[in-house]
Amino acid sequence: MKPAPLSYIRPDTAEEAVAGLAEHGADARILAGGQSLMAMLNLRLVEPKALIDISQIDELRSIRIDGNMIEVGAAVTQAEFLAWPQLKEHAPFIAKALPWVGHFQTRNRGTVCGSIAHADPSSELPLSLALLEGEVVLRSKSGTRHLKASEFQTGMLQTARRDDEMITAVRFPADVGTKGAAFREVARRHGDFAIVSVGAVAADQGAVRVAVGGVADRPACIGIEASLTVSDMTDRIERLAWELGGYDDIHASARYRRDLVRRLVPIIIGEVRACAK
Amino acid sequence: MREVTKDEVVRISLELNGKTVSGNATSRMLLTDFLRNELGLTGTHVGCEHGVCGCCTVRIDGVAARSCLMLAVQADGRRIDTVEGLAASKDALNALQRAFRKHHALQCGFCTAGILMSFSDFLSRKQNPEEDEVREVLGGHICRCTGYDGLVKAIMEAAAEMRGETPSNAGAA
Amino acid sequence: MGAGRYADDVATPRGTLHAAVVRSPHAHALIKDIDTSKALALPGVHHVLTGEDIRAISDPFLIVLKKPIDQWALAVERVRYVGEAVAIVIAEDRYIAEDGADLVDVAYDPLPVVIDPREAVSADAPVLHPDAGSNELSAREFTYGDPDKAFAAAHKTVSLEVEYPRSSYTPMECFVVVANYLRGDDSYDVLANFQGPFSIHPVMARSLRVPGTRLRLRIPADSGGSFGIKLSVFPYIVLMALASRVVGRPVKWVEDRLEHLQAANSGPNRVTKIEAAVEKDGRVTALRFDNMEDYGAYLRAPMPGPLYRMHGATTGAYDIRNLAMTNRVVVTNKMPASLVRGFGGPQLYLALERLMQRVAIELELDPLEVIRRNLISPGSFPYRTCAGALYDSGDYQQAIDKAVGEGRLDDLLARRDKARKEGRMYGIGFATVVEPGMSNMGYLSTINPADVRERQGPKNGAISMVNVNVDAIGTVSVTADLTVQGQGHATAISQIVADQLGLKPDDISINLELDTQKDAWSIAAGTYSCRFSPGTAVAAHIAAKNIREKVARIAAKQLNTVADDIDFGGGRVFSKTNPDNGAAFARVAGTAHWSPVLMPETDDPGLSETGIWSPPELEPPSSKDEINTSLTYGFVFDMCGVEIDPATMQVRVDRYVSMHDAGTLINPLLAEGQIRGAFVQGLASALYEEIVYDEAGALQSGTFAEYLVPTACEVPPVELMHIETPSPFTPLGAKGLAEGNCMSTPVCIANAVADALSLKDVPLPATPERLNALVCGEEAAPPAGISAEKPVSATAGDAAITGDGSVTVKASPAEIWKALLDPESLKHIIPGCHSVSAVTPEHYRAQVSLGVGPIRGRFIADVKLSDLNPERAATLSGDLAGPLGKAQGSGHVTLTPEDGATRIDYTYGVDIGGKVASVGGRMIKRAAQIVIGQFFERLSEVASGKHGADASANGSKSESRSWIARLFGGNR
Repeated sequence: MKPAPLSYIRPDTAEEAVAGLAEHGADARILAGGQSLMAMLNLRLVEPKALIDISQIDELRSIRIDGNMIEVGAAVTQAEFLAWPQLKEHAPFIAKALPWVGHFQTRNRGTVCGSIAHADPSSELPLSLALLEGEVVLRSKSGTRHLKASEFQTGMLQTARRDDEMITAVRFPADVGTKGAAFREVARRHGDFAIVSVGAVAADQGAVRVAVGGVADRPACIGIEASLTVSDMTDRIERLAWELGGYDDIHASARYRRDLVRRLVPIIIGEVRACAK
Repeated sequence: MREVTKDEVVRISLELNGKTVSGNATSRMLLTDFLRNELGLTGTHVGCEHGVCGCCTVRIDGVAARSCLMLAVQADGRRIDTVEGLAASKDALNALQRAFRKHHALQCGFCTAGILMSFSDFLSRKQNPEEDEVREVLGGHICRCTGYDGLVKAIMEAAAEMRGETPSNAGAA
Repeated sequence: MGAGRYADDVATPRGTLHAAVVRSPHAHALIKDIDTSKALALPGVHHVLTGEDIRAISDPFLIVLKKPIDQWALAVERVRYVGEAVAIVIAEDRYIAEDGADLVDVAYDPLPVVIDPREAVSADAPVLHPDAGSNELSAREFTYGDPDKAFAAAHKTVSLEVEYPRSSYTPMECFVVVANYLRGDDSYDVLANFQGPFSIHPVMARSLRVPGTRLRLRIPADSGGSFGIKLSVFPYIVLMALASRVVGRPVKWVEDRLEHLQAANSGPNRVTKIEAAVEKDGRVTALRFDNMEDYGAYLRAPMPGPLYRMHGATTGAYDIRNLAMTNRVVVTNKMPASLVRGFGGPQLYLALERLMQRVAIELELDPLEVIRRNLISPGSFPYRTCAGALYDSGDYQQAIDKAVGEGRLDDLLARRDKARKEGRMYGIGFATVVEPGMSNMGYLSTINPADVRERQGPKNGAISMVNVNVDAIGTVSVTADLTVQGQGHATAISQIVADQLGLKPDDISINLELDTQKDAWSIAAGTYSCRFSPGTAVAAHIAAKNIREKVARIAAKQLNTVADDIDFGGGRVFSKTNPDNGAAFARVAGTAHWSPVLMPETDDPGLSETGIWSPPELEPPSSKDEINTSLTYGFVFDMCGVEIDPATMQVRVDRYVSMHDAGTLINPLLAEGQIRGAFVQGLASALYEEIVYDEAGALQSGTFAEYLVPTACEVPPVELMHIETPSPFTPLGAKGLAEGNCMSTPVCIANAVADALSLKDVPLPATPERLNALVCGEEAAPPAGISAEKPVSATAGDAAITGDGSVTVKASPAEIWKALLDPESLKHIIPGCHSVSAVTPEHYRAQVSLGVGPIRGRFIADVKLSDLNPERAATLSGDLAGPLGKAQGSGHVTLTPEDGATRIDYTYGVDIGGKVASVGGRMIKRAAQIVIGQFFERLSEVASGKHGADASANGSKSESRSWIARLFGGNR
């Protein structure tokens, strides 16, 4: 289990990094924390010709509040974000979901942006981005564009990132979920990829916004209005379970995934409503 | 900008256990292989090479991380600590090693180095951990011999000793 | 710290090359051709060896059964499981060796696959070893007492069928071999982390065509765990030895985790049909077993050990005198099974202890009461079971009383009552286990009928050897015939020897490296089957005692007293009657080296003793197939409470109590470490770990993200207890204790789950997915307007991934038909296609890059069209092969004209194997669906002149696309 031959490029600036991408395009991969990518390289599931290591680019290392957005640079690790003093205050949902990402040791190197770039359907951070309606900042030689979470992740491990683009930051709306946030995930073991994860935040007028990960090919969100009766809510969730469909793998069947949606979504809505009171 | 092409062999210098050392690496060489084969420090073990088992955990600029998920070239100019650096270091770390022995927290010893490296980082950040937190960090390691019980006891006791509390005998029962 | 000397840490000889193994992505296939030219052309690659090369210079491995199932270090002619070694590439370093391995092109001709042992014995099953004629390699029937009579007279018969799953205990250190062929004397010097039994040494030497003396096997000082599994490095020892001979340089191979999880070994899975004849009061008067044990693709020596290791102890802790047993050995297309801690015990007790619970339920009795009524009574030890085991000692009643009392069964019952009152799912399980220690090397001969055994001569015993040496300055060193895995053997041996010689344990230097050319060893050498306490420890005791007696005689002469008057203590040797009359141990011992003239006449000079021990109780099987399978028989009684989370159906172990009687405990802390380690492995088999194959034989559990080893977060607290009934058969009274919980914990948890959910059949591991399926019944139909995924369609057959769908294309059937039959169009239709060439008009070969997200691999695709019904229907079938794995699939397409457009309906079935199935199981199904979806999207584009942007794909769940889009788009 050793990587196939590759070239290693360590730019000092984001500009150099996008220049590298412009040169190598689809043959290059961005290496930040490497906690998913390096495993795939070792397994030779991924054989890029070049790796562009952005982990030491200073301009990508900051977490800052920009207006009503929290902007997390592409070299910020999950551990650094978790230790950010304002996390609980401004992003209570992420403060709940982030400890579920991998393990202490992998959070120490894995980056926030890297997890979102990897677009695993059951990962916590893409779910957070979808739930909070955040956005991804993509930069290429020809400029910078912002994509909404829903525009960015297009499927399992698939995103709208062009081959010449790198993620320089992700932006989470600040102060969403301050009136209530809850997260749960079901995995075979602590720290494993979730079979199903559900997150929810209190939205306007007593509504609850819910995101479900691990069931479809990317996280999906629904809104549950305060006025909804219990039986209407049950119907809505039942529909959601079927629409997302689920899939079979070695750890869980599609049906089990649907059952988890049926059981966990009401629980999480209850949790958010309880916080909101 | 630094570039290492696929056929190149380059000299890597790093601060390893407090000393500046250097060795040769190719662009794709894993840090584990560099430490073990190039620098001859075989205390860092290889258990899965896909980031799950934790045997290869070292500290990179102080924080515990998997050395199988890092390239040797990425370590150039960085500070790396391995298990070989622990024994000679401060009393605080020896507390961990002593507690491991006392509680029979290792059997085959293959996973031990990685666990020590994780907790030498974790306990420096969290002096008074709950048992659940210790288990969570330990959850990033697989040990097949001990059943983890002695490990948890040893780590809790070492944490207490590092805080300056006398080791309690309760944990040793 | 960091100073261990594990196999991969040992410096290699100058010029060592490194090997990587090419492995089969197929579960069953003929090897048509191996093209090594591209690999050999890679700079840094020295050689590539294939099965045909091996066949010319080695012999197949000896096996236990006399059956024509040749097995070699590399696959010859056919592969029989995913991961089977097909070739090895020897190169400058491991990186280049792996590059080379990716360049070895192996052409396979796939064969039908059989995975379930019950199907493997059916008449129409594909036969793995055609010369053997059947997949059932052995079926032996045994009868003890008069079971038929007991069943006829019984109040009731209680029966059950259980399946023990496949799992392994995956040591953290994988296999390591450094082989060096020494041309000078045509011998092999091999360093490997082999862990015995050394009865396999002759198997290796025979395969290498050398006498045993010319296979020098050295085991390093440290081992990163074995749990039995490191036995299975032996084919690789032979393989690397041969490679070294061929390339003329030392060759090193370090197994990686992917290789380990697909090909190292596993415990055998077993299907057991078990029946009990019972009285009204729960007394069991007879048992019937039908054991079908699945050894995977080959029967490596010493298989089928697990099926016979427990033979004498089949009736467990119970006084049951009538027993009928059928033992079947079956092969299937899985990795070969071999030694794994527990070794037959977990399989036996899953059946027996689940059955005891069923007896209680069917008779409406308390399960613990049924256990108690059947226990062997304390006064009957040594107790001879009906199948021939001689249980050395025990007091099962006392152990259970203490466990129930101090372990607070009343609290468990109260917790269950409370939980059930609140509507929670809580259950209690018990398990009662007799734990064998130190296997009789003759037990496996029970597989042969008595007349065959008579012809072959008796096999029995279990020889242990330990050498204690005292040098000229009185320093004591010990070598032993065991291999280190971290059980603390060195600590225990130094304690035994130090006690004899009046020294401190730190004074004893223990070297547990093993060298077959220099150390004393016999076939039982190694570390497995709990042979340390009843075996090696005894040999150490004997050797130390011999030294003690010799030193006493030397001292007596010097101190003018008699040897019986000599005592040892505090580093001195002295007269018991006059302790002042003494000398330093070192001084007396030195006499044997420096002053032979001062030796007693009866003693030779020098001070080195080899203790050899084989217990007399380990007799060969009797003419009636009675066999004392082990020397010691410990006792384990477990009880636990589990609760099942109603939302997730995950099992949480609430309390777990484990009571052990392992005779005299030599070192309680080490004993606790063994028990806790075994407990977690038992827990793993109950709830987490499983080696999973799909129906097509693709391995699905290829990484530690799929093969789920419990971590500290999954392990509940365990309350341990002991009683000690010393074994009369071992000088120290000790018994083996390291495997008990591998045997007791899976079934104890299974019983608790059964109790919580009122289940008769509990699948192991009891995963949330499985329990959910069992408890929650059929899923209600989806709401109106949503269609559920359809079940397997007819054309898909038994494929692992199936699906169907339809697309409507703005083109005529004729245009679509043309596109499907035209290589140039196919190039645009097949996703990721670089080139297409027509082999025949209905057979194309394409080069494609396929993948999902960043995961992408190059494949050669063979696409064939058949059942052609022009412009109406066709079957497309294809094979894909590349370094990432292989796929085989077929799909049926029908074309229906629909107002100026055409509706294409399709069904498909795909099997995916090889690396990508082993490591990407979480993703693979959806990845396949994506690729197939792309195929039809492109077909509609191409057929409609590439402008069919409005062609709407309707996969089986895509009526809902707009709704899905809304979900993902966010519902504001």
